[in-house]
Amino acid sequence: MEAQKTPEFAHIGKSVIIKGELSGSEDLYVDGVVEGTIQMQNNNLVIGPNGQVRASIQAKGVAVQGKVEGNIRATERTELRKSAAVVGDIVTQRIAIEEGAYFKGKVDIQREAPKPVISSLKLDSHGEGKPATAPVAATAAALSTTVSK
Amino acid sequence: MASVTHSFMKLFRGSPTNPAESLKTVHSAQRLTRRSSGLAELSRAFKSEEPLCILDIGYTSAANIRYLTERGHKVYSEDLLEASTDPALVMADERGQTVLDSKRFLAENLVFSAAQFDMVLCWNLADYLDESLVKPVVGRLWTTLKPGGMLLAFFHTHEAGPDAPCYRYHMVTGDTLEMQHIEARRDQRKGPTRAGHSAKAGFRLQRVFNNRHIENLFRDFTSIKFFLTRDNVREVLVVR
Repeated sequence: MEAQKTPEFAHIGKSVIIKGELSGSEDLYVDGVVEGTIQMQNNNLVIGPNGQVRASIQAKGVAVQGKVEGNIRATERTELRKSAAVVGDIVTQRIAIEEGAYFKGKVDIQREAPKPVISSLKLDSHGEGKPATAPVAATAAALSTTVSK
Repeated sequence: MASVTHSFMKLFRGSPTNPAESLKTVHSAQRLTRRSSGLAELSRAFKSEEPLCILDIGYTSAANIRYLTERGHKVYSEDLLEASTDPALVMADERGQTVLDSKRFLAENLVFSAAQFDMVLCWNLADYLDESLVKPVVGRLWTTLKPGGMLLAFFHTHEAGPDAPCYRYHMVTGDTLEMQHIEARRDQRKGPTRAGHSAKAGFRLQRVFNNRHIENLFRDFTSIKFFLTRDNVREVLVVR
């Protein structure tokens, strides 16, 4: 996830102010002001150096260069760049914090959710499918919290 | 001659022209390594199967977050020294002297439920924090620690001198720390303040605690253990 303006990202410029719920199904670059909630379920969110977000954020990947007040929930990766100032809790699978970033809050590293075994199914007397074997908990994803310098 | 000089200087284009600036850059980037007996004692608890709830009140350290989360623990990060430089905290007391508003500071920082944490990493905060905030902060830390919870703090000795640099601490292994010089960044965020530092010079040592002061500071805690080190710093591990 590149934390910069790219043509693939929808772009909210630095003179734009949004209050309310922001959701979408494409990657988003925010360089303006957003207050409320941001939900980009399966997409990436980049908060640019001029971005000021006071919102709870949910996205696949989140990269912060500006300011965020609110909780961040990323299903994959969170990056705090050196100019980032984040006040809020972060729940993510992987996190990278650059030297100089300011962070106040909790970091909760969520390991990968267990994946159900979808191999052979046996039908029971009611005709409902049951796994032949009990679901095996997926091995915990290796934590790759990195320090960028 | 001037053109020769000009050409020669071209070779150095891009490097800082001010030697002090250059030294400062080297100083802040340099990391020193030290062994920590206090951390070694804490590390035994890091091996716990139960996830611990740990509060780091030093400068934001990605290394510490990585080290602790890799072991399955929950980490809370709150840079109290940085927070203490907020100009809005400055007020005058009854005698007209300038102090920091400890009530406001505690209303905005360390806002956690009682007995939430298994450990607090205090590092060298008490040596550099404004006088008016030290006791209230230690009182709040006592509240947020679970009974039996541990707090690790470092205190300079007199030999360290008044210009002892303020370091941030990065956990490298179970008993090894990397130290990196801290420079205040308030100038970039909320503006300068009188509170114990100038934005360019970094934080200054506010006082030197002797052993009795330290025991008094943590008198509400159940036990206190001192570790002497070679670098004019005493490590203190207290248990609630």
